[in-house]
Amino acid sequence: MKKIMLGNEAVARGLYEAGVRFVSSYPGTPSTEISEFAAKYDEIYAEWAPNEKVALEASIGASFGGGRAFSAMKHVGLNVAADPLFITAYTGVGGGLVIGVADDPGMHSSQNEQDSRHYAIGAKLPMIEPADAAECKEFTKLAYTLSEQFDTPFILRLTTRVSHSGSAVELEERQEREILEYTKDPAKHVMMPGNAKRRHPVVEQRLADLAEYAYDSPLNRVEMGGTAVGVITAGNCYNYAKEVYGTNASYLKLGLIHPLSEKQIREFADSVDSVVVIEELDGVIESFCRSLGIQVTGKDVLPLCGEYSQELLREKLLGEEPCTVSVADEIPMRPPVLCPGCPHRGVFYTLKKMGLMVSGDIGCYTLGAVAPLGAMDTTLCMGASISALHGFNKVRGEEAKSVAVIGDSTFMHSGMTGLVNIIYNGGASTVVILDNRITGMTGHQQNPLTGLTLKNQPAPYICLEDICAGLGVDRAHIRVVDPAKPAELEGVLKEELAADVPSVVICRRPCALLKGVEKKPALQVDQEKCRSCKACMKIGCPCISMAAGEDGVIKAKVDASMCVGCGLCQEMCPFDAFTSTGSK
Amino acid sequence: MTTKNIMIVGVGGQGSLLASRILGAAATADGYAVKISEVHGMSQRGGSVVTYVRYGKAVSSPVICQGEADVILSFELLEAARWLPFLRPGGTLITATQEINPMPVIIGAAQYPADLAEKIRELGVQIIAADAAAIAEEAGNGRAANVALIGLGAHVLGFDTEVLRSAVEACVPAKAKEINLRAFDMAAAHQKDQ
Repeated sequence: MKKIMLGNEAVARGLYEAGVRFVSSYPGTPSTEISEFAAKYDEIYAEWAPNEKVALEASIGASFGGGRAFSAMKHVGLNVAADPLFITAYTGVGGGLVIGVADDPGMHSSQNEQDSRHYAIGAKLPMIEPADAAECKEFTKLAYTLSEQFDTPFILRLTTRVSHSGSAVELEERQEREILEYTKDPAKHVMMPGNAKRRHPVVEQRLADLAEYAYDSPLNRVEMGGTAVGVITAGNCYNYAKEVYGTNASYLKLGLIHPLSEKQIREFADSVDSVVVIEELDGVIESFCRSLGIQVTGKDVLPLCGEYSQELLREKLLGEEPCTVSVADEIPMRPPVLCPGCPHRGVFYTLKKMGLMVSGDIGCYTLGAVAPLGAMDTTLCMGASISALHGFNKVRGEEAKSVAVIGDSTFMHSGMTGLVNIIYNGGASTVVILDNRITGMTGHQQNPLTGLTLKNQPAPYICLEDICAGLGVDRAHIRVVDPAKPAELEGVLKEELAADVPSVVICRRPCALLKGVEKKPALQVDQEKCRSCKACMKIGCPCISMAAGEDGVIKAKVDASMCVGCGLCQEMCPFDAFTSTGSK
Repeated sequence: MTTKNIMIVGVGGQGSLLASRILGAAATADGYAVKISEVHGMSQRGGSVVTYVRYGKAVSSPVICQGEADVILSFELLEAARWLPFLRPGGTLITATQEINPMPVIIGAAQYPADLAEKIRELGVQIIAADAAAIAEEAGNGRAANVALIGLGAHVLGFDTEVLRSAVEACVPAKAKEINLRAFDMAAAHQKDQ
């Protein structure tokens, strides 16, 4: 039976069919749905871990324990998990272990465009890359066989276009597998110098064995067509290349992208007149070819930045331009915005109003950086808001004029250690935790603070206030505020900024998109009362605009189809012009 | 046949994912190979979103580029204008007439261009512009505007109307089936009357 599946769904199907027992991940676009789909199979234990390092370590433990295991993460998540990643290359596996990492060329939803293939090279681990959903399933299954055969974790590299593109997948039965017998093996599993010194040559030999395997692996294939151009490519770039050259070119389509087979690449290069290497982001395959002395066209004409497409290849390789029509008007951008009713809106309005330096973090609330809120000074990576603020204040001594802003899930991911650093080293910074009771940006995943697991089972209640107190914040300086009341928030912030001790202000209100969050009737503008002062425009609500009323005068207007009646505009309006429509 | 390229464009949260699944189901029912490409994450937060559906004997790339789309289904007028360069010469643009101001317009940093449907028509583009939300509203729920849009394009999407209708039936949640089928039928009839 065939079914149209997203790449991520097909990876999950591959896990199921390969008899995988254990999945531990942290959400991150575009990898999130792999674990969500995996969780739908009763046969697979699947969980959200607080961060990617914990997730991968849990999977390594499951593998040691004899079960097939998997962790998924986005490319920057692999930075967090890099520590266990490099070491597990030395230990090898018990049950098969696959680590799914989804890169985001084009940065559809990421803060950088790093190429995860460098991790495979750096950690000396094999990496496979599928080109479509059918390969997502097939490669995932094969990776488990190879993981056990070569005693190594495999990295499954995806990109946004493969993760989020759907095509037909053939469904097969699950191969149930017994848990392997556990034998204590410290020489292999205890990585201290004496043991690791003996494991390193094993890693090198394994890599050589895998390069030999690559030569006739079903993961790689040669498709001969016209021989004027030979394309070496992998992943979705293969699809773009096929679209452009069809059968006029020959292809070496790589599925095992690390290690590469020198013999295979030399033979292919010898069979064609010229070689083009087509790969998004860095010139990894290209560098390998050049190291062999093979002349190739690659990053000399193709970009290092952004996502590829058939149009880009046609333009750069064939000099062809598309035939297009367009209107003469300038089309305004439509950037993402905080949703109507978003509890973060009132926080950023208040922070901007108070003129604070805001050390930001990763989540929906990063949108607090854009106009008209424009309240965020810095954003780097998960957890950096708190740690970076500490350094900023140690240098500048501006504890009274600066805050860190971090989401609930991000705080659990890697904010706690930053807070410990502030307390341990005598800082007095103020940390604002935006507790919207969910992991929002990636599409509503549970986290350790929500009381539910990935499988929607009840989880023990973990109290954010208790965590902060336990880390050493004085309970008198752990404040909980409703961000829908900006005046109250401002008062609390003033007190805590003035205090000469570390403080935490928890802004607690559930995400407006969560099921069960009450939507109030839409608001409307009393045309008599509105004085066109635009105070309501400062909060960047997508429902409010200035438009000509019945009398032709420009006044505030609410789009009732979007408004959820959160009332923040009522807090802004000095003339009480916003009233309830009483319907919805 | 050559690969058929359909783009669905709109504003995050308008239901373009369901629309792409309906088209994918119709293509599968007709025995075609199909690829659907969507983008999740940041763009969902009220940003500009685009979904690609390609079907035919064999499909390589999952994306559609400038000058390649046979049909663009647009949920919103500004988005129709934004993605217009992706339409191939002789392609058809089907757009809802709804206008949603983006944040640069809301804060007064940019203007929402006037008379976009007319301007696109003047370029010689085949355009079908209708109030899809009103049709859906009349059918029982404005949220069925995505299915109404498919109904408006039923004659150019490359499927028999019955195949499309069955795909709608198969893809929408059971409790919304009746309203969505009504929206589809009304939109298809609306187009025939034009």
